[in-house]
Amino acid sequence: MTTETAPQAATPAEAAAPLSIWGALQANLREYGLLLVLILIMLFFQWTTGGVLFKPLNLTNIVLQNSYIIVMALGMLLVIVAGHIDLSVGSVSGFIGALAAMLMVGWKFPPELAFLANPIVAGLICLVIGAAIGAAQGYLIAYYRIPSFIVTLAGMLIFKGLSLSILAGQSVGPFPAEFQLLSAGFIPDFIGAITLIPASQGVQPLVLHGATLAIGIVAVVGMILLSIRTRARRTARGYESEPFALFAAKNIVIAALVLFFTYMLASYKGLPNVLVVMGILIAGFVFLTKRLTFGRRIYAIGGNPKAAALSGIKTERLTFYIFAIMGALAALAGMIYAARLNSATPKAGQGLELDVIAAVFIGGASALGGVGQVAGAVIGAFIMGVLNNGMSIMGINIDLQQMIKGVVLLAAVFFDLYNKNKA
Amino acid sequence: MTDTIPEMRDTILQMRDITKTFPGVKALQNVNLDVKAGEIHAIVGENGAGKSTLMKVLSGVYPHGSYEGQIIYNGEECAFRSIRDSEHKGIVIIHQELALVPLLSIAENIYLGNERANAGIVDWDETREGARAVLRKVGLNEDPDTLVTNIGTGKQQLVEIAKALSKEVKLLILDEPTASLSEKDSAALLDLLLGFKAQGISCILISHKLNEVSKVSDRITVIRDGRTIETLNKADITEDRIITSMVGRPLEDRYPARTPEIGEVVFEVKNWSVYHPQHRDRQVIKGIDLNVRKGEVVGIAGLMGSGRTEFAMSLFGKSYGVKVTGEVLLHGKKVDTSTVEKAVSHGIAYATEDRKTFGLNLIDHIKHNTTLANLWGVSRWGVIDDLAELDVANDYRKKTNIRSSSVYQTVGNLSGGNQQKVVLSKWLFANPEVLILDEPTRGIDVGAKYEIYSIINQLAAQGKAILVISSEMPELLGITDRVYVMNEGRLVGEMPTAEASQEKIMRAIVRAEGKVAS
Repeated sequence: MTTETAPQAATPAEAAAPLSIWGALQANLREYGLLLVLILIMLFFQWTTGGVLFKPLNLTNIVLQNSYIIVMALGMLLVIVAGHIDLSVGSVSGFIGALAAMLMVGWKFPPELAFLANPIVAGLICLVIGAAIGAAQGYLIAYYRIPSFIVTLAGMLIFKGLSLSILAGQSVGPFPAEFQLLSAGFIPDFIGAITLIPASQGVQPLVLHGATLAIGIVAVVGMILLSIRTRARRTARGYESEPFALFAAKNIVIAALVLFFTYMLASYKGLPNVLVVMGILIAGFVFLTKRLTFGRRIYAIGGNPKAAALSGIKTERLTFYIFAIMGALAALAGMIYAARLNSATPKAGQGLELDVIAAVFIGGASALGGVGQVAGAVIGAFIMGVLNNGMSIMGINIDLQQMIKGVVLLAAVFFDLYNKNKA
Repeated sequence: MTDTIPEMRDTILQMRDITKTFPGVKALQNVNLDVKAGEIHAIVGENGAGKSTLMKVLSGVYPHGSYEGQIIYNGEECAFRSIRDSEHKGIVIIHQELALVPLLSIAENIYLGNERANAGIVDWDETREGARAVLRKVGLNEDPDTLVTNIGTGKQQLVEIAKALSKEVKLLILDEPTASLSEKDSAALLDLLLGFKAQGISCILISHKLNEVSKVSDRITVIRDGRTIETLNKADITEDRIITSMVGRPLEDRYPARTPEIGEVVFEVKNWSVYHPQHRDRQVIKGIDLNVRKGEVVGIAGLMGSGRTEFAMSLFGKSYGVKVTGEVLLHGKKVDTSTVEKAVSHGIAYATEDRKTFGLNLIDHIKHNTTLANLWGVSRWGVIDDLAELDVANDYRKKTNIRSSSVYQTVGNLSGGNQQKVVLSKWLFANPEVLILDEPTRGIDVGAKYEIYSIINQLAAQGKAILVISSEMPELLGITDRVYVMNEGRLVGEMPTAEASQEKIMRAIVRAEGKVAS
């Protein structure tokens, strides 16, 4: 599609419906509504906890506490968009955590196999085994057409039992220091600390983590350049874009949010390693779902599997890959979880699948398949995470916390459906 | 209310001036039908003439108030709100697709929704006893505890009839009862109907098989385009007469003109056979040979259930059936079409008859639907160029004249005609050499039909080979260059459209039926 089709790009209908500021704002409100909800919830807890929520230490904690949920929510988004479900991810993550512990700490290998206990080798083995577990479940779901609910329910039981079995019912730990870095570590400050307020009597010192600040600024500049380029390309091809004022406002607000968050992290210990991993994964999955043919086909099979098959999409193979990806992510999450606890316990990971699934549904995915966004799932996970964190700081009992979370899940899906029906 | 005339006292059912409107379509217009007590009354007409709609009005599927006109049954005017209402009066309809639950027993199916029970507790003795009694009446010698899935289609049909008898049926309606039956089973079924007649049960028989209809019915009502054409008495019934009455509609100028430029043979199918995916010993497609030339529009005529869709889908990546055998040739060279992907890569496209189930992702927008079958065309290394995709979508939206606010409109919200254009866009963008269009104008209005015909003409002018499956014979006669006639999985006729007529096509079908019967 080159010069030939470009001139007729601005078709009459497209020109006839110019994007007004109000219309564009409305479209964006739906898109950014969830982010707005998250910010409101955070402000609410900032108020009720007397300013604890936005303390740099606490924000860092929220990221660390929810990292494994978010990692799995990325895979679960693909699974749910494809019209399936994976109930096994909690148990699989627990099993992989146990496997990692046994490889690095529990099993005594003969000298010629000692390399298996190396944290990097063990980590890679765990990822491969996680992917293989997902692939095995995916194979049964895709090629034998056993409902995913049943296959992964069985998987949940099997891997719950397997973790108990290889750990012999004991907690195993602690992990080597290198492995702990996955969850407990922060990126090294290759730039050096920036002292804003030096330590002196009566004044709280303020020292910023230079590398974190630099990475945050580079990320913001990159994001803005990318959206300017996209806009310029659209205009060059004769397509209308949203009004410039709105475009600018949107970018400024998002840049401000990211910079604020960066500043918060930088004034504590800097960027946690796990956030780097998460950031790369999130960017990768946004690209996968929005730009790759692979992602597009997932939406197609979720929207109408028969039509997708009759359009030449290999629905079975695609389903198989999706579950393999989910397995690998569950393995990564299991390692993050184990590294954070610094030991593998037989109960690790149990029930996590429900938090992951809740995050994806709060994020606007449809239980019928075909609908859902990566950003939504990530924000959904943060909504759950901030609720947990804020209510814990407030000292709300765990029983009440559970009920509130249940109501939030129900309300989120209810309003989503209500909005869609109205539209 | 009723003004029953004395000599009509033996009339059990009168439907007067029935008019039923769907959004944008008048499905029935002032249809009149009267059925006498103890007669077999056949209703014939082309696909889409309104026969099934009329029966749905009668049985309460379309409740009273959703149509105009009167239904007078047993001398009183009826206002059925549901199937249950009509069944209480003894009117039972048996649909073409059997409504049996395969994994329940024969007895359970017979009393489904009408269980022999006291205070909600099923009385199994009475259930079996009653089932045995009605099974005897229909001459089915099976244990009532046998699961329905374990008996053949013919016997299942008898279970449906037994179910009707258990409801003390006075007027039995059968919609295409023999469509999926063997000749032997069909004959047995028709004998059974004659037996019911002797017991005073009236029967409305909807069938395409004119030989059967003329054999058993006392009177025949012909419906065409939602209107009653005439009611023939036994003495006047001949197949010729029925055919003329069925198809005799004036041809208007509903088809865009075109000058065909026909080249060499592009697409060829040799000795194509397919078996039913569930009943693996039933052959659905029986050794079909056909070809389509460059720039030629070829039609496949046939009645519903003749196997046309099954044939097309089995060609397209074995999307239907098992034990698919035969050869597909493109430009004289054998090609592998065993998966949809391979078929598409060889330049074969199939636009389905059922766009909502098989053709479109209804929850996504036009842009994504347009490029789905050819994502390679807008991507490099698996990365979609979204602006190139937008260009393509806008381009095809314009070419096929899709009426929407933009390419970002959700396909599920478009009208049928515009949805069909999205399906066409999708396959046009895949740039096929051979295009199989299955019922390309089903359920869309006349204006949109004209536009679709124009697109077909343009494609032919570009040198594509086009195969059109249609149940509307005037459409085939209006747009094709050559017509194959299909019946029960076989090609039973081939004629240049210039020499074809609806009568000739119908005769080819009827002749084939006759051959099989004798």
